[in-house]
Amino acid sequence: MSFEIAVTKRLGDTDIAIDLTAGAGATVLFGPSGVGKTSILNMVAGLLRPDTGRIVVGGVTLFGAGVDVPVERRRAGYVFQEARLFPHRRVRANLTYGASDGADIARVTGFLGIAPLLDRWPRSLSGGEAQRVAIGRALLSDPAFLLLDEPLTSLDRPRRDEIMQAIEHIRDVLALPILMVTHDPEEAERIGTRIVRM
Amino acid sequence: MPSAEEWGIVLLSLKVGGVAMIVTLPIAFALAWLLARVRFPGRVIVDAIVHLPLVVPPVVTGWLLLLAFGPTGPIGAPLQAWFGVSVLFRWTGAAIAAGIMALPLMVRAIRLSIEAVDRRLENAARTLGAGPWRVFWTLTLPLSIPGLLAGAVLGFARSIGEFGATITFVSNVPGETRTLPLAIYSVLQQPDGDAMALRLSAISIALSLAALVASEMLARRAGRGLHVL
Repeated sequence: MSFEIAVTKRLGDTDIAIDLTAGAGATVLFGPSGVGKTSILNMVAGLLRPDTGRIVVGGVTLFGAGVDVPVERRRAGYVFQEARLFPHRRVRANLTYGASDGADIARVTGFLGIAPLLDRWPRSLSGGEAQRVAIGRALLSDPAFLLLDEPLTSLDRPRRDEIMQAIEHIRDVLALPILMVTHDPEEAERIGTRIVRM
Repeated sequence: MPSAEEWGIVLLSLKVGGVAMIVTLPIAFALAWLLARVRFPGRVIVDAIVHLPLVVPPVVTGWLLLLAFGPTGPIGAPLQAWFGVSVLFRWTGAAIAAGIMALPLMVRAIRLSIEAVDRRLENAARTLGAGPWRVFWTLTLPLSIPGLLAGAVLGFARSIGEFGATITFVSNVPGETRTLPLAIYSVLQQPDGDAMALRLSAISIALSLAALVASEMLARRAGRGLHVL
């Protein structure tokens, strides 16, 4: 199984609980804002510690049974809702931040269409460009799986379509397990191999 | 034009201020990081102690330094015994006094800058495989450089203007501890010292003004989340 997530977490007055087992492809967590979808991604990434439960991805236990793998060793390719590019590094240096020496930058920048942006500063990018760079940066860090937190929210329709195509490419060609959060039914239908309603 | 003696005073002040600033900067950064990022018991006390030189009469700070670095003091005695070094009546002592007095201002400026570093960027770096040290060297430190520079400039300006703690701790020795403010104070005691006092004061004001403008500009950059490199 790609994702086996059974965790609970109390955040303020909200109880977050999920029990999910999902195979290959893209698993979409679908539901309104405020039900804790992002918190679940954060728990899988290791940025938020569950109160109880276990998280296993691709057969590797990341949390539970006395295990709590540090964020930097979880190999999560996390694309956040906002691009979170490092403002003091050019696009190229952002892309290579988590990349190993042998990473195929040309291939990733090619299918994301960001090759012409390599020498630009993040502040000069449009929302869609920044989000594609963020996806490229996550892919180049040699992730074992991808976490996508509403990566299309801040974009207009043509840009959304571009990024959705990129995500489909990652799902079908690169065959990386994907856990994606959205509250948009169209996105959920198009990307999701399976949809988990929350 | 300032005389050779006056240039000597200015150079000594720059040396004392520069050394004080450079030596204090890493200490100030470490304290600022600790206060900005780490929740530990007694944090409020550490914060208060760091700020103490800002509110305690400088003469008290100077006297405490004299006790600490004196021949029988807890720092002065081992310095003398192990290294044969004494900072009393020396420019090094003046730099220590200036550094202590500048510390709170430097910590404040740097701390604001560290607090302004977006933790979400640091989290993103961690998901990309960066451990705590790499996150610090590649994100936290470069992104807080505007505050670091603002703190350095402010600390340098404060060091050059330091008077009370210096004169109490290392006295007013021409060519050794007589920095700009001490020299101005000295010439004001002389009946014909007005012209020299005026020139030294003008230099003092120019240095302070330049430092404040530079510090303010850097702090604004830091406040807007911009980087300087």
